[in-house]
Amino acid sequence: MIITNIEIIPGKTIVKHLGMVQGNTVRAKHVGRDIMAGFKNIFGGELKGYTELLQEAREESVARMTQQAEAIGANAVINVRFSTSSITAGAAELFAYGTAVILE
Amino acid sequence: MANLIIFLVLLVLGYVFGQMAERRHFKSIIERERQYKHIMCFNERTLPPQTISPEVALVAGNVVISIDYFKRIVAGLNNIFGGRVAAYESLIERARREAILRMKAEAETLGGQSIFNVKLETASIYKGSGQQVGSVEVYAYGTTLIKRT
Repeated sequence: MIITNIEIIPGKTIVKHLGMVQGNTVRAKHVGRDIMAGFKNIFGGELKGYTELLQEAREESVARMTQQAEAIGANAVINVRFSTSSITAGAAELFAYGTAVILE
Repeated sequence: MANLIIFLVLLVLGYVFGQMAERRHFKSIIERERQYKHIMCFNERTLPPQTISPEVALVAGNVVISIDYFKRIVAGLNNIFGGRVAAYESLIERARREAILRMKAEAETLGGQSIFNVKLETASIYKGSGQQVGSVEVYAYGTTLIKRT
């Protein structure tokens, strides 16, 4: 499975477009991380806990997107985009979408 | 009285540690930017026609950076008088440069030489007391070209 955010895959031709695939996940931060973030809000600096949390969440949304692409028989996803939205206080949705294609 | 003392202590702590952290961070950013200079970033969607590259991969980097207490108070004052909010400018600059560096580091481990279609996404993920934005997340992603020799 090849995943890119450009429209072509160099050296390969796209045989068939299968339409959009998507994956999302909603994550909430837990209390321990919130307390640490409170401290960091005084001293400044990177919130490593949040960085990891968001990274994991994005990986999961990409994994779900990939799963969906595999289910419809694609072997690559092109033109991938990421989007983030906060739904309520303390929870965020991470969303990945792209076009599933079959490569030669 | 006790409240005022706590406030002043937090202000001084925020100023001292915040400035220290910022200076250290900028130093490491500049150093790593020099280290990853050979990986070129483009925000073009199309590859140059002469490109021959057997492999592509999606690379990404993200970072969440929090502002310190002193700067938050200064930014609060700026909200009254208007004008440039320098406190947040440096915060977001740090976050963007760090996210790009992490993306480049991932490209480096995969053996990529250039990154195309770089997109930057910024989100405020944490709201502190008084609905003030306390920290910012920047996510950078792009497609790296890997040349196999």
